[in-house]
Amino acid sequence: MWTWFHKLASPPHAYRMLGKMAPWFGWTALAFILVAAWWGLVKAPPDYQQGDAFRILYVHAPSAWMSMFAYVAMAAAAAIGVVWRIKIAHAAAAAGAPIGASFTFLALATGSIWGKPMWGTWWVWDARLTSELLLLFLYLGYMALRSSFDDPQRADRASAVLAIVGVINVPIIHYSVKWWTTLHQAASVTKLDKPSIALPMLIPLFLMIIGFQLYYGWALCRRLRGEILRRERNAAWLKEAS
Amino acid sequence: MMRTPIVEAARLVFRRDLTLAWRRWDEVAQPLIFYVVVTTMFPLATTPDLTQLRVISGGVVWVAALLASLLALEALFRADVEDGTTEQWVLSGQPLGWLLLAKVAAHWVLTGLPLVIMSPIVGTALGLPYGAWGTLMLSLLLGTATLSVLGGIGAALTVGVRRGSVLLSLLVLPLAMPLLIFGARAVGMAMDGESPAGPLQLLAAIFFLALSLGPLAMSAAIRISVEN
Repeated sequence: MWTWFHKLASPPHAYRMLGKMAPWFGWTALAFILVAAWWGLVKAPPDYQQGDAFRILYVHAPSAWMSMFAYVAMAAAAAIGVVWRIKIAHAAAAAGAPIGASFTFLALATGSIWGKPMWGTWWVWDARLTSELLLLFLYLGYMALRSSFDDPQRADRASAVLAIVGVINVPIIHYSVKWWTTLHQAASVTKLDKPSIALPMLIPLFLMIIGFQLYYGWALCRRLRGEILRRERNAAWLKEAS
Repeated sequence: MMRTPIVEAARLVFRRDLTLAWRRWDEVAQPLIFYVVVTTMFPLATTPDLTQLRVISGGVVWVAALLASLLALEALFRADVEDGTTEQWVLSGQPLGWLLLAKVAAHWVLTGLPLVIMSPIVGTALGLPYGAWGTLMLSLLLGTATLSVLGGIGAALTVGVRRGSVLLSLLVLPLAMPLLIFGARAVGMAMDGESPAGPLQLLAAIFFLALSLGPLAMSAAIRISVEN
């Protein structure tokens, strides 16, 4: 039963598997995102308060979701790498970090663009935006630590410790920031907070989240292949394959 | 050979670090001077008016204390890793996390505790009312201790790295944000005459979490740094 798992841990096999999986992820992601974009941007009714401006939600909310998903996935991969000493898992954590950081940045940028018509300024110290910003710092710290080692094995294991410490801290950071803003700010800001949103608006949002998730799968496959190539550049199987 | 009980081992590490620091006390004083210098910058940069400074005094004292104790953390494990002491600890059969925790505790006594003792003076200079002294010191006591453990993890990870100090701040400061939020909030509530028990209890909870899980992460990080 576990043979496929062991096979996946061997770089040549994983390299081939990822190459086969990538197009499936890629095309389904494209299909979901296109349908969700049409549904969300054209078909869904405008919001009675925010008009058409709310439609940026269809990029903002899935990116915010993916930013957290990618961090947890990265920490899980790092933990698997540490516990079972699987190199591919470390490579997956390394490949996933920039994707997660990009989603975090996208969530911040779209949140800020959304904030301009809603709050009148580009930036508000809102709980969700602030914890998203701190998440970006965590990603940047992780990538900075990884790049500061010359030896890839040490980089793998040191950054894995950081990812695991970080994932324990993410909920603490999230709730402390939330608590901080509820003490400081009026409730007017939080009207955007709880998505008590109507069903016709919700369906495209779910489709978009699935699409983003599939896109993440595609990007991870591609990046992980690149990471395997970089790490195994002197291996014999690569010479045979080429 | 008789094995040293772990408490004795930790005590020896603790005493050794204090003795070493005492021989070079000017290095111990540096973070404290940094602390005072940073807090002096805020009135110069904003306003000398005490009623306005009072609003930000708790936050300024907290930010300066975090930065000052981070500054001192960078070299925490460096000398020991370079001269092979840490390697001997790893091989000694004693629980590594326990020894590292003793080292961090010694470090905190040398840098965190002076900051806590100094904080009412610095706070008063910024217009902090006397009534908030106790809360300020208690919150900093918990906060700097937690930061020492968090920073210990960061220092253990970056011990063999070039430009370690900037990287250390980049790693540890985001993790320390909850401390800053709760600590500064507790001081703010005490200044407003409210009971600061809530944020102080949360600070204590984070402290115990760091105390229980931190040594595990520290010893894992030190093993990675020493092995190669």
